[in-house]
Amino acid sequence: MGEQKSMTIKGNMATAMGAKLCRPNVIPAYPITPSTLFPEKMSEFVADGELDASMINVESEHSAMSACIGAAATGARVCTASASQGVALMHEMLFIASGMRLPMVMAVGNRALSAPINIWCDHQDTVASKDSGWLQFYAENNQEGLDLMINAFRIGEDKRVLLPVMVGIDAFVLTHTIEGVDVPAQEDVDDFLPPYEPPHGKLDPKEPATFGSFGTPEYYQEFKQAQVEAIEGSRDVIDEVFEEYEEMFGREYNKATPYYCDDAEIVLITMGSMTGTAREAVKKLRKEGKKVGLIKLTVFRPFPSPELKEILSGVKGVAVIDRNISPGAYGAMYSDLAAAYTNEKEKPILKNFITGLGGREIFVKNFEEMYEMTKKAVDTGNLGKPVEWINVNEDVLR
Amino acid sequence: MTVKITIGAINKKAGSSKEYKTGGWRTMCPKVDLEKCISCYKCYDYCPDGAIKKIEEGIEYDLDYCKGCGICANECPVKAIVMVKEEK
Amino acid sequence: MSFGVNGEEIMYEVRFHGRGGQGAVTAANTLADAAFREGKDVQAFPMFGVERRGAPVAAFTRIDEQPIDIKTQIYEPDVVVVLDISLLDVIDVTKGLKDDGKIILNSAKDPSEFDFDGAEVYTVDATTIAVDNGLGTETNPIVNTSILGAYSRVVGNVELESIFEAITDNVPVKIENNQQAAKDAYDNVKGV
Ligand code: SF4
Ligand code: SF4
Repeated sequence: MGEQKSMTIKGNMATAMGAKLCRPNVIPAYPITPSTLFPEKMSEFVADGELDASMINVESEHSAMSACIGAAATGARVCTASASQGVALMHEMLFIASGMRLPMVMAVGNRALSAPINIWCDHQDTVASKDSGWLQFYAENNQEGLDLMINAFRIGEDKRVLLPVMVGIDAFVLTHTIEGVDVPAQEDVDDFLPPYEPPHGKLDPKEPATFGSFGTPEYYQEFKQAQVEAIEGSRDVIDEVFEEYEEMFGREYNKATPYYCDDAEIVLITMGSMTGTAREAVKKLRKEGKKVGLIKLTVFRPFPSPELKEILSGVKGVAVIDRNISPGAYGAMYSDLAAAYTNEKEKPILKNFITGLGGREIFVKNFEEMYEMTKKAVDTGNLGKPVEWINVNEDVLR
Repeated sequence: MTVKITIGAINKKAGSSKEYKTGGWRTMCPKVDLEKCISCYKCYDYCPDGAIKKIEEGIEYDLDYCKGCGICANECPVKAIVMVKEEK
Repeated sequence: MSFGVNGEEIMYEVRFHGRGGQGAVTAANTLADAAFREGKDVQAFPMFGVERRGAPVAAFTRIDEQPIDIKTQIYEPDVVVVLDISLLDVIDVTKGLKDDGKIILNSAKDPSEFDFDGAEVYTVDATTIAVDNGLGTETNPIVNTSILGAYSRVVGNVELESIFEAITDNVPVKIENNQQAAKDAYDNVKGV
């Protein structure tokens, strides 16, 4: 094993370095705040001869994803980056990438969607494509951003999976923030991630085949079933790959990671960078003798219902903290968790909190507040509102 | 006919779309007057269905695939193509 | 320095003020990198959002002996570093500064000439030091490395030697001049 190199880098640089270690062949990308540094760095690596890959400069994110699809169909290892409106503009092509079963990895600098125009962090952009058939991972910090990129290629390219993967790093909080990161040695990543050879065929003029073909009503549903089986099958693959990564590189990853959950009465569930601040809140509440725990959701697609239910067994109340909202319904994590519990007899009280939209800060005190509200619902049986908004700037409300 | 589905709907057979004859969708049919045709092949370039073949002097239609959209008639600079109601 | 309930040293937060193009962000990043080399956990980030040349900008550094979990921006810094004192007329650089906080100013004046409600004030003529070391010009001096030397002396939680090392990796040109400037500022900061 080579030595890991410690350095201080921005989140975008962490995902770029993670991607570079995976030796992508083609990188079609269109810059957008806050992920612009990713294509910048990738083109630098290529220009400096550190990476043997083709950068494709395109005229839109729709074209970027189209080029990703074309390149991936040839069997190339492909990566890109985007955010917010960019991911929204790719929406159509996202479904084609997954439907054609083309592994590729996209680093997303999670950013709010317009209107109003906002460049800051929330998870609406990727959550809006939760049904696109991509796997979705969310990083808590820059180290996770780098590690998850490497894991994403390995998982997506597994012949039991063959699906594209998004890795979310929060806008500014991670993309533009410098943190200490351990960077694995190239030869070790080469061992971990063998070259990709698509088992289901590739675009090759010597062996012509039909790609992206027509699926009539007799076949379409079966294709979708097969695609869903693949993402379901990715559950075991994710566990295996995370375990192998930990053995090789010493950093633990789980679909859902518990913190102080063993004897917890109330558990907070978070995704992305807010997890760190939530952990501070849990430390503080624990010092005060409160029985509170935390679950960090790293894998949002496939949704890890079995793991969550296992960690939450015996827990009385769960605060599901969504940095996104489906207007007219709930936050995405909440909906999925609630659905997972529908037919269970024993279940905790679930409360849905929406906060952190468009770069709104989520402070330690906000997590304490969400804990208190959930505790109150458990103690009094008064569940409160179906969706609670947290850290609201009352001054600007009508 | 039963076809087994493949991963990603990849069909190992190239050019399988040829089996799917779209000519039956047509209500209007293009007709070329080769006397007027100047062999510029604009119609050939614009046909979205690849239903036009170049021949030595002018063009020929492959009516198995022509959907009758009329683009060729619209693009022809010398009005050598007319769209006529098809007798079926 | 901030202390926890048991008197233990806890997280240290720094805010840099400058104008777009003066290198406040590089200063924050370089300080974080220097502390990281001493085995500390760090974060450094710009004010989240848009940056324009000449406009006031802020950048931040967090340093802790323990792993840093917190992901919010910095609102109550332990120390404020001002790269351009013309900003004192435009913004309240003491905003949120802790009661026992420190202010480091790029100024040739004596600290006694400034009054920030009792906050400890330190001054260093980083502009002259930068220009003397060939870093920028009188009208556009590059003071971000000099000021870090002053930081090291005043705050003491990052060694000058680590700042030298961090300069090597974070400053693109004139590495020795930048290191010398940091050393000169370390030696000449007033108020210590
Ligand atoms: S566009 Fe008209 S003139 Fe040109 S080749 Fe076609 S039919 Fe002939
Ligand atoms: S009518 Fe349309 S489909 Fe038919 S030959 Fe002309 S352009 Fe092609």
